[in-house]
Amino acid sequence: MTYVLQQLLNGIQLGFVYALIALGYTMVYGIVRLINFAHGDVFMVGAFVGYFTLRALAGVTLAGASWLNGILLFLLAMLAAMALCTVLNVTIERVAYKPLRNAPRIAALITAIGVSLFLEYFSSLKFVFGPNYITFPSPLPAQTWEIAGLRISAIQVLIAVVATLLLLGLNYIVRYTKIGKAMRATAFDRDAARLMGINVDLTISFTFGLGAALAGAGGVLYVSAYPRVHTFMGIIPGLKAFTAAVMGGIGSLPGAFVGALIMGVAEVTAKSVYSTMADGVAFLILILVLLVKPSGIFGRAEVEKV
Amino acid sequence: MLLQVENLHVHYGAIHALQGISFHLEQGEIVTLIGANGAGKSTTLKTICGLLRPTAGAVYFRGQDISRLPAHKIVSLGISQVPEGRRIFAPLTVRENLEMGAYTRSDRREITQSMERVFASFPRLKERLDQLGGTLSGGEQQMLAMGRGLMSRPELLLLDEPSMGLAPILVEEIFRIIREINQQGTSILLVEQNAHMALSVANRGYVLETGRIVLEGTAAELRDNAQVRAAYLGG
Ligand SMILES: Nc1ncnc2c1ncn2[C@@H]1O[C@H](COP(=O)(O)OP(=O)(O)OP(=O)(O)O)[C@@H](O)[C@H]1O
Ligand SMILES: [Mg+2]
Repeated sequence: MTYVLQQLLNGIQLGFVYALIALGYTMVYGIVRLINFAHGDVFMVGAFVGYFTLRALAGVTLAGASWLNGILLFLLAMLAAMALCTVLNVTIERVAYKPLRNAPRIAALITAIGVSLFLEYFSSLKFVFGPNYITFPSPLPAQTWEIAGLRISAIQVLIAVVATLLLLGLNYIVRYTKIGKAMRATAFDRDAARLMGINVDLTISFTFGLGAALAGAGGVLYVSAYPRVHTFMGIIPGLKAFTAAVMGGIGSLPGAFVGALIMGVAEVTAKSVYSTMADGVAFLILILVLLVKPSGIFGRAEVEKV
Repeated sequence: MLLQVENLHVHYGAIHALQGISFHLEQGEIVTLIGANGAGKSTTLKTICGLLRPTAGAVYFRGQDISRLPAHKIVSLGISQVPEGRRIFAPLTVRENLEMGAYTRSDRREITQSMERVFASFPRLKERLDQLGGTLSGGEQQMLAMGRGLMSRPELLLLDEPSMGLAPILVEEIFRIIREINQQGTSILLVEQNAHMALSVANRGYVLETGRIVLEGTAAELRDNAQVRAAYLGG
């Protein structure tokens, strides 16, 4: 029983990180009907920005207590990653996707794959991030607590708390702010949104930026738990988060969150049974969802608008 | 002159939907565009609002050429459209739909005042503030669409077939409110299939046929015109 709970806990931790990525996929899909295949690579860039920020700040003391200092440095690294990923994704949208907005959808999709490959191979160049695996320095002391037989690490707590705050922040923006309402209106009917005086281009850019900020934060959180940073690290988490978004019903924010938690738990469970099965399970789930309920858990069966 | 449309041409690819139409609207007027399906009425309204770009000609609002401005800027200048088919934001609540109508404004107190004014015309909306737009009845959606269009406090309101699909009583009600909105100082460009109702509220009108204006005059002149009677007023 404890073992099951422990796996559930680990799965949820992973699920939170997937949720941060999946939400970007689903928001962007909702507003421009594009699967942004480069989204996983934005997550990768976030991890690198976090790494370089921490390295630049090495030795800097912001607080007396070492754990507090660790957290503050970590938050700075995460904010840097969020900021840079926002700029990156908004630039990608303006340069690569916006000119294709009225082109057949397949054109934008192929462009997204191109942008993804570009980010992976360009960042592998020696003078960019380089092709090697880098170990992410642990931001916190390797502290674990035992609560009712469950082992909880400081990193797990950090991930859970930070991801929850980010998700609450997103929920607030989307539901209650003017730009958040404009996002929902634009996603539903772009021309009607224009007639309201909504600057649709700006709203779409904002959506790409918001998704990227979450992915950047997700990247730094991910490598805090699984500390290997490399330029192709975005592919598999990206695909899993995409699967989670499809499972939840692409375009639906609660769907992406729930899908990501299911994905995290499924993966950890599969891994505990047979360790090399983990990645296969993700895609088995994708295939099953597409066969059984293609519109996803929270998705509306939508007739493709042509 | 509040609005002046000059020699407007609009294409959809190879389709020449507007073939050089010109008309105008004075401050305070209700002007109606009538015409059969596919005549180009909605195309005209979409072009005025900046959703479509003319291939030739221009649209002047208070003397300023607005035909190259992005749609959201045109709303801030004081033109608002209630589009054909209502185009309510179904996943947003009634309140959020109205707030979107006021997107170009920022003074919260004034926005609340405008909302109160909308409720005065459409009390039904006030009872349904937190209901999702998509769950309203057709008539309620039309009220919401009109209320939303008024939330930007437009000088010129464009209405595209506001009576479409409504029961006769509701049609009367909508036209009563159109007159009321006009009396409060908003100029109106009204597109209608229901030429009878449209000519009963309008000052002047234009008849559109396959992308061209074929007839114009005061509402009374058009009502008495044999051609109009035969084609649009059922003889
Ligand atoms: N998106 C489009 N692509 C191609 N042709 C279009 C498009 N929209 C309208 N048209 C064509 O342009 C012409 C004018 O259409 P418009 O919608 O302006 O007519 P309308 O007068 O509003 O008709 P209705 O009373 O049926 O609403 C029609 O022939 C129509 O088929
Ligand atoms: Mg029409």
